[in-house]
Amino acid sequence: MTETAPLSPEHESLLAHFREGKPLALARAISIVENERNGFQDLLHTVMAGGPHARRVGFTGPPGAGKSSLVASIATRYRELDEHVGVVAVDPTSPYSGGALLGDRIRMNDIATDPGIFIRSMATRGSLGGLATTTKEVVDLMDAFGFDRVLIETVGVGQTELEITAAADTVVVVLVPESGDAIQAMKAGLMEIADVFVVNKADRPGSARLVKELRQALHLKAGAAMRDIPAHHGVDLGRMTRKERTTDAPPAEVDGWEIPVLTTNALTGEGLEELLETIGRHRDWLVRTGSLESRRRNRAAVRIRDVVDREVRRVAWTSEVSRELLAAGVDQIARGEGTPYSAADRILEALLR
Amino acid sequence: MSTIEEELLERAKLQEAVHDRDREIAELRARLATWEDQYGAVPKRDTLFTTVSGREVRPLYTELDRPDAAAADGDDRLGFPGSYPFTRGPYATMYRTRLWTMRQFAGFATAEETNARYKYLLEHGQTGLSVAFDFPTLMGFDADHARSLGEVGVCGVAISSLADMERLFDGIPLDRVSVSMTINGPAIILFCFYVAAAERQGVDPAVLRGTVQNDILKEYQAQHAWVFPPEPALRCIVDMFEWCSENTPKYNPISISGYHIREAGATAAQELAFTLRNGFEYVERGIARGLDVDAFAPRLSFFFDIHNDFFEEIAKLRAARRIWARGMKEKYGAKDPDSWRLRTHCQTAGVTLTAQQPENNIVRVAYQAMAAALGGTQSLHTNSMDETLSLPTEKAVRIALRTQQVLAYESGVPNTIDPLAGSYFVEHLTDELERDALGLFEEIDAMGGVVPGIEQGWFQQEIAASAMRQQREVEAGDRPVVGVNHFLEGSEKLEIDTLKIDPAIERRQVEKMAAMRSSRDDESVQRVLAALTEACRTEENVVPRILDCARAYCTLYEIRAAMEEVFGAYKEPVFF
Amino acid sequence: MSEDRKIRILVAKPGLDGHDRGAKVIASAFRDAGFEVIYTGLHQTPEMVVSAAVQEDVDVVAMSVLSGAHMTLFPRVKELLDEAGADHVLLTGGGIIPEEDVLALEARGIGRLFGPGTATTEAIEYVNEWFQARQSA
Repeated sequence: MTETAPLSPEHESLLAHFREGKPLALARAISIVENERNGFQDLLHTVMAGGPHARRVGFTGPPGAGKSSLVASIATRYRELDEHVGVVAVDPTSPYSGGALLGDRIRMNDIATDPGIFIRSMATRGSLGGLATTTKEVVDLMDAFGFDRVLIETVGVGQTELEITAAADTVVVVLVPESGDAIQAMKAGLMEIADVFVVNKADRPGSARLVKELRQALHLKAGAAMRDIPAHHGVDLGRMTRKERTTDAPPAEVDGWEIPVLTTNALTGEGLEELLETIGRHRDWLVRTGSLESRRRNRAAVRIRDVVDREVRRVAWTSEVSRELLAAGVDQIARGEGTPYSAADRILEALLR
Repeated sequence: MSTIEEELLERAKLQEAVHDRDREIAELRARLATWEDQYGAVPKRDTLFTTVSGREVRPLYTELDRPDAAAADGDDRLGFPGSYPFTRGPYATMYRTRLWTMRQFAGFATAEETNARYKYLLEHGQTGLSVAFDFPTLMGFDADHARSLGEVGVCGVAISSLADMERLFDGIPLDRVSVSMTINGPAIILFCFYVAAAERQGVDPAVLRGTVQNDILKEYQAQHAWVFPPEPALRCIVDMFEWCSENTPKYNPISISGYHIREAGATAAQELAFTLRNGFEYVERGIARGLDVDAFAPRLSFFFDIHNDFFEEIAKLRAARRIWARGMKEKYGAKDPDSWRLRTHCQTAGVTLTAQQPENNIVRVAYQAMAAALGGTQSLHTNSMDETLSLPTEKAVRIALRTQQVLAYESGVPNTIDPLAGSYFVEHLTDELERDALGLFEEIDAMGGVVPGIEQGWFQQEIAASAMRQQREVEAGDRPVVGVNHFLEGSEKLEIDTLKIDPAIERRQVEKMAAMRSSRDDESVQRVLAALTEACRTEENVVPRILDCARAYCTLYEIRAAMEEVFGAYKEPVFF
Repeated sequence: MSEDRKIRILVAKPGLDGHDRGAKVIASAFRDAGFEVIYTGLHQTPEMVVSAAVQEDVDVVAMSVLSGAHMTLFPRVKELLDEAGADHVLLTGGGIIPEEDVLALEARGIGRLFGPGTATTEAIEYVNEWFQARQSA
């Protein structure tokens, strides 16, 4: 791929429908990207030319926290405010069969036929960070399609789902009293990725205690973070945390974002208004402090690396030479005449030549 | 003799008795070991020796498997028919006084057509009526609602207002026929239509006999015809307990049902445990309202599925009576033996019927019916052979009824009460099922009770996992199903008539509703609906308000909507 | 063109009937056979089914209808799929459907309809074969 190749006639016609706002065209485009079909990068390149517009809000948290119901309620509220909303919900792929059961739509039935809402389910297909390999690109497609708001729901299988920070402007971490205490949330790395904490199903016993614990933990962390700021320069962008990402912004003590802990009940609608208002406030803060710009820059860096990684891998293993060298290397190792390192060196030399 | 000598003598006698017993047991063990050697030496058939629920059964049970307590408190475990703990039957004389009620579930198309079928069934010796509603009615939608499209009168009768209920029982005296209604989400509304229809016939509600299913917990767990969320739905049920105990003392305001739990895939033990635990939940809710447990518990009735595994199903009914009696007496402090007595309706398992070689279903149903009678059921529905193909035809329904009649009048089964009592195997299974159920109670309680279990999807997941296991067994051929995975000859062509519902029925029903709507007094309709909404906001019993709505010809959906304004609608939680 | 990709299937339960044992068993079986299964939950309207099918860009829609409303629901979903430009989607399913209705529905462009007692493997094989045939067409 040079600058970019011209689109195939099939993709040209798809693009025309995409630009007319046909949901079917968006759906097909997503499939092309998700399956990394021929020309998908050219397609993305073409539609992304205008840069990002949509406000991207990520929802993460353990299973059973009620993320889907919360996303459905939030989407409904944005619709009432006349925003167009895209939703990407990620569920795990079974490592045994390679199949997946994607059930997030069940909670979203009330909004299922609203033409201003588009919901897409994705399977992780082996990706581990809480999103599917191409979720970020699917969000870009939704952005390019013209949604004002894109809501992203991570897998929520309990592992640390840091990927969401590379896909969303605002990350909402959803917890319930049953999902454990604040210590567990800290261990899971949720303190680092959250812009907003939500304790959902707030009518359950234990929710008041969880709110209190989270506030204490955040308070402690805020104190520690101030001292730590200088030490964080130059860390791996892809692994960066919120505080680190805002180092370009004015110092936190001047215009800091204090991570709020809210309570909601997605079924009764309690606390939704406050959550909406907080997401809006966070957006304002991002813009005002320049953090949005720096987050977008970081995101762009992550994305460039992702694309390069993927292309290098593709080029490396689709080239005839490297495949021959691989086979030769295996033979040498079998004969006791080489190691994986010597074989890899030869392949890299050939590729870089 | 001195007291000490007496005591020593007593002790010596006791020791001797213990020795005798030990000797007997040792001897029995030795004989069993000999038999086991013989058994072990011979090859066995290559098949699963488990019940359909996956329960291991041994090739032989002996006296050694008798409940340990049999000697010490045998009476407490089995008792006598009609006395605590009712293992041997809820009534002292059982079928010698009255056979079980043969009650065939029926309903299709319009009220008029179902009315004609009821009259036919009553003429053919059926002794109770059972109403099957269509899906729109079950979900609280009127026949002319957009969501009802294509489903009006298809799987049952469409009843959208008192007018339909009046037509349904036209010429059928409600003071003399007991009527069972299978409805849950909007049960309280249909019950009020029924009471109002009786009033129109000049029948005093106090003489009404019958049952409304009204078991919402199992809807969330298995059957999925809900309207309101659990808490308001439970409030309506307790409102009915209260109102019925004062106004319709012969009417059962609930039928706590394992049937749908089992049909959705549960095992026998899960059916038993979930159903009884649901029953206890209703009891707890009634007590929490401040009702006297003995004022409403005697009217609680049950409904179980009778599946293929003959002995397990019999044991299930026996265990159910014992668990219920013990719980009601010991845990909930009921004093009236009627509160301890579990009375149940049974239906043969629809899920066991096959579309392949459907005539075989007659035989399946016959065995299941026999298990129900041996288990001591109070009433029975036998499925028709063609139910996997369509709604049953008249002929198929008649054969199903005749199956019960052959059992009741020719087989001799009803002559002796609880004839399998004392069978090593059946008593062992009864104990085992009881133990399994108590274990499941503990799991449910650990989650915080039935409602949290529903909200977490625990029941749904347990049932789905069990359904999946059964499906795998059948598909692997490990669980033979005659005509489906074994003995397929003759499966090719289906040669039985099926009943078709005329699509024009929906249109006619919609027209009738329009006529009814235009003939009623709109002002009073609005007034009683508003009063109902208000009552829902308070702690007032809503039954009298809904009765007012019924009498004013408010429709099912109007009443539902008036309540939903306060109660909200239920949304399906977790799955899989 | 032949390619190795996941087949996406929407398992839907349209209508008011809540008996989802079959739908869940079939959804699990397809997942275990390596499909990506989108499950809609209960009580779907034809509009909800089609909107999900379009947004999820599925290859197949499988509906479970036990309520006898099949002669309304299948044709309606087919009609809406065609209107949405998703006429490439295979509409199949199962339930209590008399043979003459099966034939009538097949004549209207609906795929195979499976009766009670069908092995899940049979349905999976059918969808796989249909997909292979379409890919090589």
